[in-house]
Amino acid sequence: MIRPDAEPLLEINDLHASVEDKPILNGVTLQVKAGEIHAVMGRNGSGKSTLSKVLAGHPAYRVTSGSVRYLGRDLLELEPEERSRLGVFLGFQYPIEIPGVSNLEFLRVSTNARREKQGKEEFDTFDFDDHVRDRLQVVQMDPAFLERSVNEGFSGGEKKRNEILQMALLDPVVAILDETDSGLDIDALRIVAGGVNQLASPDNCTLLITHYQRLLDEITPDYVHVMGAGRILRTGGSELALELEKIGYDWVDQQLAAEGVA
Amino acid sequence: MTSTYTRDLVSQPYKYGFVTDIETEKIAKGLSEEVVRLISSKKNEPEFLLDFRLKAYRHWLKLQEPDWASLGYKAIDYQDIVYYAAPKQQDKKQSLDEVDPKLLETFEKLGIPLSEQKRLSNVAVDAVFDSVSIATTYKEKLAEHGVVFCSFTEAVAEHPELIKKYLGSVVPINDNYFAALNSAVFSDGSFVFIPKGVECPMELSTYFRINSGDTGQFERTLIVAEEGASVSYLEGCTAPMFDTNQLHAAVVELVVLDDASIKYSTVQNWYAGDENGVGGIFNFVTKRGQCRGARSRISWTQVETGSAITWKYPSCVLQGADSVGEFYSVALTNNCQQADTGTKMVHVGPRTRSTIVSKGISAGRSSNSYRGLVQVGPNAKGARNYSQCDSMLIGDQAAANTYPYIRSQQPQAAIEHEASTCRMSEDQLFYLQSRGIGFEEAVSMMVSGFCRDVFNQLPMEFAAEADKLLALKLEGSVG
Repeated sequence: MIRPDAEPLLEINDLHASVEDKPILNGVTLQVKAGEIHAVMGRNGSGKSTLSKVLAGHPAYRVTSGSVRYLGRDLLELEPEERSRLGVFLGFQYPIEIPGVSNLEFLRVSTNARREKQGKEEFDTFDFDDHVRDRLQVVQMDPAFLERSVNEGFSGGEKKRNEILQMALLDPVVAILDETDSGLDIDALRIVAGGVNQLASPDNCTLLITHYQRLLDEITPDYVHVMGAGRILRTGGSELALELEKIGYDWVDQQLAAEGVA
Repeated sequence: MTSTYTRDLVSQPYKYGFVTDIETEKIAKGLSEEVVRLISSKKNEPEFLLDFRLKAYRHWLKLQEPDWASLGYKAIDYQDIVYYAAPKQQDKKQSLDEVDPKLLETFEKLGIPLSEQKRLSNVAVDAVFDSVSIATTYKEKLAEHGVVFCSFTEAVAEHPELIKKYLGSVVPINDNYFAALNSAVFSDGSFVFIPKGVECPMELSTYFRINSGDTGQFERTLIVAEEGASVSYLEGCTAPMFDTNQLHAAVVELVVLDDASIKYSTVQNWYAGDENGVGGIFNFVTKRGQCRGARSRISWTQVETGSAITWKYPSCVLQGADSVGEFYSVALTNNCQQADTGTKMVHVGPRTRSTIVSKGISAGRSSNSYRGLVQVGPNAKGARNYSQCDSMLIGDQAAANTYPYIRSQQPQAAIEHEASTCRMSEDQLFYLQSRGIGFEEAVSMMVSGFCRDVFNQLPMEFAAEADKLLALKLEGSVG
């Protein structure tokens, strides 16, 4: 939902970042306001996933220049855990398995870290149990997954549901979903997309990172951005995604060649 | 991917590293037949014990220090060690009021209050300082149940027949190099006797403290559970920080008769040396239990976090039919620590069962090896063993090894072995962090998750302690 008077939540300005001294982001500029859903598209290697990891604070990525303001703060100064507590959420493309650590315990500690920052009362184990069971409905997830180790032995679809469950618990201000649709069959995709739609509100914003139109059939973005060579090359409305579906990404190479980049 | 974070995982300063300033009676450095006789005479020992020591000493002279373990260290100079050191006026006191307040203070600082008012309500403690036991709590209360819990020295004076009967019956003097050395020069330790049919009413615990910089600690523990008896025993260890190495060579013997059980837990936190591997305890320990009776049970649980060198294989000899042996171990090494530890399960009787769960965590430049033997004899029909050995690596400079030995002479035995190695990855830590969980809490969450199967075996009071200890050992400055 686009509202001209909405407050900007995330302001990315000329962001450059590299991994092991190899530049991946070469000047990303993007403003996301409350209530908006943005889709970031592009080919493999265009820098989409790197953008999401940089925003979440992954230690392997080094910001070389540019800035990111989040709710008026310098986001890049904050540790990853602090970003999460302040409402930045990254849904992983490949959620990580953590053997031996109970999913329920993990979810509780994580939720309480966020609630403490929000000035809300922390859940004790009983209250959390009730709360998490309520939130499970957002992604129609079997409570049995709470008793297992974090993501261990989960199928691809179960892992993605577990990500959206975490999003439902953490009540983020900025939700960045990295290829949440990858590896999902159509039913799982609908459930996951349904969860994301339920959680979107006029007070938060969503950044969908995706390859394909099919996720955008379920979640209608306000803006679509196309990335290439670590920058945003084109921005449009939801119709841009449909156009890409038809014309593909060859124009990206031509544009970059014309600019003398690729 | 570079390990920006994992490199920061350096050990927390060792908080038990202080030295108690107390006047000590020490004998001169060096080992000889005279020294063995001197130790024995200082303790007013009966003839049979002096004989035991001398036989052990003479045998030790013929032995070579073993070198098969996956350990590397500077040769130990056995003539450069003090074999007996005791705080002065150390005659065993009748009441705690007479114990030197400095000693009581030392143990209080270590978290082991001994005085009547403060002591742990459900745990009886024997406190050993260098070569001698200085106090044992709740002796009278235990005596009402017929349970004997006292220092080894007292046991020799008051129950010589039990000592004569059981000492060296599980670990004979010629068992191995370090056991022979211990048998010659051991100074004190704990003795526990649980008579027939008695379930020990409280946890028993011995706390070992090395204080002197040039003294070896050679303690001896003997626990006997008669028919149908049961006991849970815990040992804890710390030492001050010195830039020299101290030798700790203990022997523990357990004897369990029909339907009896002993649960023996260790939380070992000897000084581990500094981050460059200077100083620290050399820990060479022989621990063995014998399930002599039918349906008897021995369970070893160890949390090994300290020492520069750990060489230790708590074992079970399963003689009685249907007897059960268990070994649950967490060994954590950091910086330059080296551990070669595991167990031996020797199945002699029919339908004997054993379970081995070993969790090794290696950080820094340390090396952590699991070495275990499962042996099934020709009469152990229907014997079963299950072993699970998991290693976790933190950082990219630590090493983990697993050496399982399986020898079976019984075609109907079932032996299972599972092993795994994983690395605590930056991605796992980042995943937890990106969910609002701080770096150090993330590390400790993963480590305790990895160790859960073992921690579940520890007595309640100590499980939380062990969790904290591991977190502390891995805590570093988050960069």
